[in-house]
Amino acid sequence: MLDIQNISKTFNPGTVNEKQALSGLSLHLEAGEFVTIIGSNGAGKSTLLNAVAGVFYVDQGRITLGEKDITFQPEHRRSQVIGRLFQDPLKGTAPTMTIEENLALAFLRTTRKSNPFSRISRRDKEQFREKLALLDMGLEDRMTQPVGLLSGGQRQALTLLMATLTTPELLLLDEHTAALDPGAADKVLELTRQVVAREKITCLMVTHNMSQALTLGSRTLMMADGGIVLDVSGAERGAMTVDDLLRKFREGTGRALDNDRMLLSD
Amino acid sequence: MLLITQTALELGFLYALVAMALFLSYRILDIADLTTDGCFVLGAAVSVTLTAAGHPFLAIPAAMAAGACAGFVTAFLQTRLGVPSILAGIVTNTGLYTVNLMAMGWRSNSSLLGVDTIFSLLKGAVEGAGVDGAWCDLLLAAVVTILAGVVLYWFLGTRLGLSIRATGDNRDMVRASSVNPTFTITVGLCIANALTALSGAMVGQYQKTVDINAGTGIVVIGLACLIIGETVLGRRTVLKGVIAVMVGSIIYRFIYAIVFYTRVVPVDCLKLLTAVIVGLAIAAPSIKKWAMFQRRKLAAGRKEGV
Repeated sequence: MLDIQNISKTFNPGTVNEKQALSGLSLHLEAGEFVTIIGSNGAGKSTLLNAVAGVFYVDQGRITLGEKDITFQPEHRRSQVIGRLFQDPLKGTAPTMTIEENLALAFLRTTRKSNPFSRISRRDKEQFREKLALLDMGLEDRMTQPVGLLSGGQRQALTLLMATLTTPELLLLDEHTAALDPGAADKVLELTRQVVAREKITCLMVTHNMSQALTLGSRTLMMADGGIVLDVSGAERGAMTVDDLLRKFREGTGRALDNDRMLLSD
Repeated sequence: MLLITQTALELGFLYALVAMALFLSYRILDIADLTTDGCFVLGAAVSVTLTAAGHPFLAIPAAMAAGACAGFVTAFLQTRLGVPSILAGIVTNTGLYTVNLMAMGWRSNSSLLGVDTIFSLLKGAVEGAGVDGAWCDLLLAAVVTILAGVVLYWFLGTRLGLSIRATGDNRDMVRASSVNPTFTITVGLCIANALTALSGAMVGQYQKTVDINAGTGIVVIGLACLIIGETVLGRRTVLKGVIAVMVGSIIYRFIYAIVFYTRVVPVDCLKLLTAVIVGLAIAAPSIKKWAMFQRRKLAAGRKEGV
């Protein structure tokens, strides 16, 4: 499904701020796999997601999605088949546009073959209403309100809905619940779990929550220094505890796991 | 008095198209497009030259196409070549000065004497049917502007229109939703400048003359109209925005007429006055914040002082 071969990325090459964010990383995902990623600060977790999404082009290596080589495909082309959620809930939606217009944008984009002057039809609106009702946040009755009036949790739930309105080939989640209050975070996480399971979406999720990393999805990656140091799935993963994970990390890298947010969370 | 009202309404509708263009570029795309001044003259020059050559109707779409080209150059400079957006507009604007002279046949002004314009043709047709043609100019100005407004409103509800709005609203989001911001900015600026040129084209035929300096300060006047309209109507929705630019433009022309006839302020000072009003209106949020902070500081000082 997703095949990453030996990708590297160095930021600010040739300056004092030079930083190799990814070094020769390879990863293969089967269709329908839900992979969680944990790691220290600066391990390259977000960089990996950004490389797949096309925020920048990798210095070397290949990225293939489905049958297609997307290594040099620009970001806006990849996002036709890749859904993305950022940590900042403000990043995923247009604040002065209404809920309905935001959904229409997400919906109309995926039907790319339709002409650029297509509009939202009444039937589309009905469909939006049904999907919004599934979020169970009362948003279906506020469809003509600007998104800027919604709370962070509501905006993130809406972004999730927009990203999965037409099922993407790949869903990238970059700590998408980290900036929400605990209640909203649980809610958005639950919605994520539901939609990924229902549509069998292949998914890469960065998280800072160790127990979440082990309980959600089917496979866990641990990253350090721009590479993958631990890759567990199946029975081995099922039997693993957070302490096992920490010990494995120390064994893998020769030092303790260091992530400020991770230490604060449960 | 009736004549003053009529003229103010006519000019209000004709110049509303510039405010509409700025609504698209400045409000929706969040780009201060300084191509406007030169583009307005470009529209007028193309329109007047073609009208003089006997094509008053062809003149209008031709002027719009010319304006769209100017918008494309500005967009190309900022999206593909990395020129800062304000500078891109200024560069295009400067280049347009020569293009405009060229369009007028290398003269700095040009007039239409004894030539049919769309205004005179309509008036002729109406009077030929035995109806009083005094309101013809206003009717034509209003119809063209309202039509442009309706089309713009419709367009901003389409997929492409929504993408353009999202580009100005949240650039992080558009790339993640498979919209190419380079494309949407280009389309947006082309349409905005086509509207500005349409305004120039209509004004050129209406006044039967064009001067190379006719566009000086048009962008600030357009912004003034936009701000006046938004103050009156609010700026929540696209529909309100499109109506607001027309209302604002008409109010501005009434203020202009009042100043012109009562001479409260010398007419020569009107541009300075407009600039001050626009400057203050755009600065209003910062000024309000500063005033509130000073008040808080003063209140805190008083409490401790005693």
